[in-house]
Amino acid sequence: MKILVGVKRVIDYNVRVQLNRDSTGVVTDGVKMSVNPFDEIAIEESLRLREQGVATEVIAVGIGGSESQQQLRTALAMGADRAILVETDRPVQSLEAARIFKQLVEKEEPALVMLGKQAIDNDASQTGQMLAALLDRPQATFTSNLTIADGKGTAVREVDAGLETIEFDLPAVVTVDLRLNEPRFVKMPDIMKAKRKPLDVTPLADLGIETPPELEVVAYEPPAERQAGVMVDSVEALVEALKAKGVVQ
Amino acid sequence: MSKVLVIGEHDGATLNPSTAKTVTCAAAVGEVTVAIFASGGADICAEAAGLEGVARVLHVDSADNDKPLAAVQAPQIAELAADFTHVFGPSTTFGKDLMPRVAALLGVPQVSDLMEVIDERTFKRPIYAGNIVTTVKAPADHTVVATVRTASYQAAASGAGPASVDSASTGAANPGHTRWVELAAASGERPDLQAAPVVVSGGRGVGSEEKFSVIYDFADAIGAAVGASRAAVDAGYCPNDMQVGQTGKIIAPDLYFAVGISGAIQHLTGIKDAGTIVAINKDGEAPIFSVADFGIVGDLFEIVPQLQEALA
Ligand SMILES: Cc1cc2nc3c(=O)[nH]c(=O)nc-3n(C[C@H](O)[C@H](O)[C@H](O)COP(=O)(O)OP(=O)(O)OC[C@H]3O[C@@H](n4cnc5c(N)ncnc54)[C@H](O)[C@@H]3O)c2cc1C
Ligand SMILES: Nc1ncnc2c1ncn2[C@@H]1O[C@H](COP(=O)(O)O)[C@@H](O)[C@H]1O
Repeated sequence: MKILVGVKRVIDYNVRVQLNRDSTGVVTDGVKMSVNPFDEIAIEESLRLREQGVATEVIAVGIGGSESQQQLRTALAMGADRAILVETDRPVQSLEAARIFKQLVEKEEPALVMLGKQAIDNDASQTGQMLAALLDRPQATFTSNLTIADGKGTAVREVDAGLETIEFDLPAVVTVDLRLNEPRFVKMPDIMKAKRKPLDVTPLADLGIETPPELEVVAYEPPAERQAGVMVDSVEALVEALKAKGVVQ
Repeated sequence: MSKVLVIGEHDGATLNPSTAKTVTCAAAVGEVTVAIFASGGADICAEAAGLEGVARVLHVDSADNDKPLAAVQAPQIAELAADFTHVFGPSTTFGKDLMPRVAALLGVPQVSDLMEVIDERTFKRPIYAGNIVTTVKAPADHTVVATVRTASYQAAASGAGPASVDSASTGAANPGHTRWVELAAASGERPDLQAAPVVVSGGRGVGSEEKFSVIYDFADAIGAAVGASRAAVDAGYCPNDMQVGQTGKIIAPDLYFAVGISGAIQHLTGIKDAGTIVAINKDGEAPIFSVADFGIVGDLFEIVPQLQEALA
């Protein structure tokens, strides 16, 4: 069975993201870019399923500008067999991304699509659920434990109330949470090897997908900042301060 | 006038507090109808009908709705949506799982984590872990689907003259491909992290699962809920449902104690709306102090027990 895995290029999670000068977006010049951290976990899980003999091929899929090839190379260096870049310079929102994945699913017929639970740039957390809806297939979101056997999957999901387990038929869409695994480090020889693996680039326009209705972003602004407060030097002083503010009796 | 369908969250017995907060947001947009998908669930409907600002409750009672499975509920919601201009759910794991599936069936984008209503189609929402706030406009002539950032809204008051409860049904069939198995609820008797007025959170600085008792003891003594940083959850000090932050729970208690937590941006995004933040950390340079209202530098194992004695 094949696995399609989403690989989105995003600003590295360690970067303190800032508004650009005219507040039309965020500063990206000279900023470190990485694979969305959840997608690294999705890649790792896909590779483990291949190593266990459950999956036969892991295909990394990116949607974005040609620079996204870097992140797909990272996925190949981690161990993905091949990569597909759907190239576009226009930002692609989740519903359009889901439509693109749907078309790739119809072509590649994977048993599993593994995506991140959210992209840490737009924090949308939508693409997997939307793809599952468009395919009319199961979704296992926020997965922290996954078992695939006999054409079925079992996922433990991190939900607000604790850990929920669901069972689902394949093919299915899984979105991964942080505690599913710890992604492997890429080794130097693997980076060299990755350069020779196939990376297929297709312009988005060639897919003939209708752009769905979209949200229009009309403004960017910094969030309301909290002010740093006061330092106290003893527990007594802290208790006094809390009482003075009326937050404890 | 806009008509908003709010998808009620519940556990089969009672309404989750996230619903009352979503109702407050929805009431700023238009007339509010709450839909309850359940097997049975008359009490849950009565609770929803008593919320301030709710005009009507739709009760979709079916054995298929016994557990909240997005693949089962989304097609039902998409069908009911025909009578509404907006469909809102809470930005909890329940709503985050379900609402994008609804949006895709309707062929519309979703506004995730709606934090402010500007007008019927224009909203504010955070991106980049809350580092940036955007204003987005939903496309004209399409249903608006959103998840509501519950930490941005007060719960609608209960005890209002009850709205009517009407049963509803849809032609959507259970696709049968997804089955609910079990829920292992972790943090039993303590107050609900997402609703509690006081929260005590422990981080990696606490050091071990055993030593996390210093956090539990303090929280229990002052009637607080317990939270944690991701590092504390990853290290196995406490269960996952206690994680606060970008990828955990976004909370807005009146009073928040951050104990042995450094204050990474992903954690801070979960507590931005807290009333008062108290930081206890042995490192005076820890970033948590730059957002705390009150900070105290020192060993948590000395400070927390003293604080407990003073406040309990
Ligand atoms: C995609 C992504 C999502 C993330 N989501 C989240 C999230 O939702 N929530 C979250 O919390 N994190 C999240 N993180 C992780 C985040 O970046 C930090 O790694 C994490 O918050 C650190 O937790 P911590 O503050 O407990 O640990 P540390 O950063 O290790 O800090 C421990 C602190 O304890 C102090 N300390 C140690 N001993 C004592 C003592 N005896 N007394 C007093 N103080 C002491 C130290 O001075 C230090 O400041 C995410 C990361 C990524 C990449
Ligand atoms: N442009 C993209 N390229 C590759 N994968 C994507 C893209 N957009 C979304 N995804 C996948 O969908 C997940 C959730 O994204 P989102 O719905 O935007 O939060 C990501 O973690 C990726 O796995």
